[in-house]
Amino acid sequence: MNKESALLAYVTRLGDNALVLGQRMVEQVAAYPELEEELANANFALDYIGQARMLYAYAGELEGQGRGEDDFAFLRDENEFRNLLLLEQPNGHFGDSITKLVLFELFYFAQLEALTACGDARLAEIAARAVKEIRYHLRHNTQWLVRLGDGTEESHRRVQASLDELWRFTGEMFEADEIDTIMERAWGGPSLEKLRERWLSDIDAILINATLDTPESGWMASGGKAGRHSEHLGYMIAEMQYLQRTHPGATW
Amino acid sequence: MVTAAFSREEILRWLGQVPDPEIPVLSITDLGIVRDVQIGETITVALAPTYSGCPATEVIENTVLDALREHGIEDVAIKRVLSPPWTTDWISDEGRDKLREYGIAPPEKGAGKRALLRGDLEIACPRCGATTTERVSEFGSTACKASYRCRGCLEPFEYFKCI
Repeated sequence: MNKESALLAYVTRLGDNALVLGQRMVEQVAAYPELEEELANANFALDYIGQARMLYAYAGELEGQGRGEDDFAFLRDENEFRNLLLLEQPNGHFGDSITKLVLFELFYFAQLEALTACGDARLAEIAARAVKEIRYHLRHNTQWLVRLGDGTEESHRRVQASLDELWRFTGEMFEADEIDTIMERAWGGPSLEKLRERWLSDIDAILINATLDTPESGWMASGGKAGRHSEHLGYMIAEMQYLQRTHPGATW
Repeated sequence: MVTAAFSREEILRWLGQVPDPEIPVLSITDLGIVRDVQIGETITVALAPTYSGCPATEVIENTVLDALREHGIEDVAIKRVLSPPWTTDWISDEGRDKLREYGIAPPEKGAGKRALLRGDLEIACPRCGATTTERVSEFGSTACKASYRCRGCLEPFEYFKCI
């Protein structure tokens, strides 16, 4: 794989992460337990969709075959998506969502921060825009994780279960493949090993505050980054892509 | 080309009359999202998006095209500029005054980072100026605002968040 195709694959992967997570959050619009969190979720989802659009638009330009953001979002099949498995998992209760977001955003924030200094100017610009948003999300979501963990017996029990359930999807974030390696060496992208060390110490500090136990590191699921997904993604994109698939080329 | 007939200043003045669709009291130049106007074979207006997913971005672009068309400029290109990223520090002093008069507490200058890392700042009520205010919700009617209440005059108000 050459330098240019690694950059294209990396940008597409970032876009896929943002879109799949954003779509999962959109599914919950109007279903949150209270108004403030309802607004927070919708606002945050909007940030992700916006980030996906910037990333896909850039991927289309890098690819140079005339595909635009909508083609990437609506006209690719499940196995062409390269998002993390963690992000495609179906929604559960509020504590599940908060836990998923903290686990991912701690990683994503550090990844974006490193990308602001990478060798590709456009990606660095997109990262600089996005990192400000994720910083804000993270502050909010971390507060909630601490509040739930250190809250009532019931909230503690439930959010500990969310953590135990989702933990097995966190290993994939730090599994470096050829694309990550080229990105790091040729474009000055982040070292996943360094991101992992930082993530582990950050998550530890948060979980101590939240009085939650760090799950034992056991078997980790992976495959999303290579297009091998859990059964959930297909259903999600079937709904998301319905309109473009049924009425190809529809505009509004 | 006809475009030579228009000056940069003139175009900037017209853009100064284009309202932000969500906070119409502010023009897009007050908001600090007009980064540049270039006059060449076509006229290029460089705009910086506020939030990545701000739904107003496209509305603003269309309004800019309409506004310039009204002044007889047909050949306009919009360029989206990401760098340096927009922050609330780009809002002009005039814009801050307009926000306050409109009932929205303006963001503090240079407060973006501090606000994000440390949390609560002292927000002055845009109506009575009291700093005894409390946050009702960190999120509000649009992505960029939070909801507050003044304990001095008891009025609710919105606060333009710092990013």
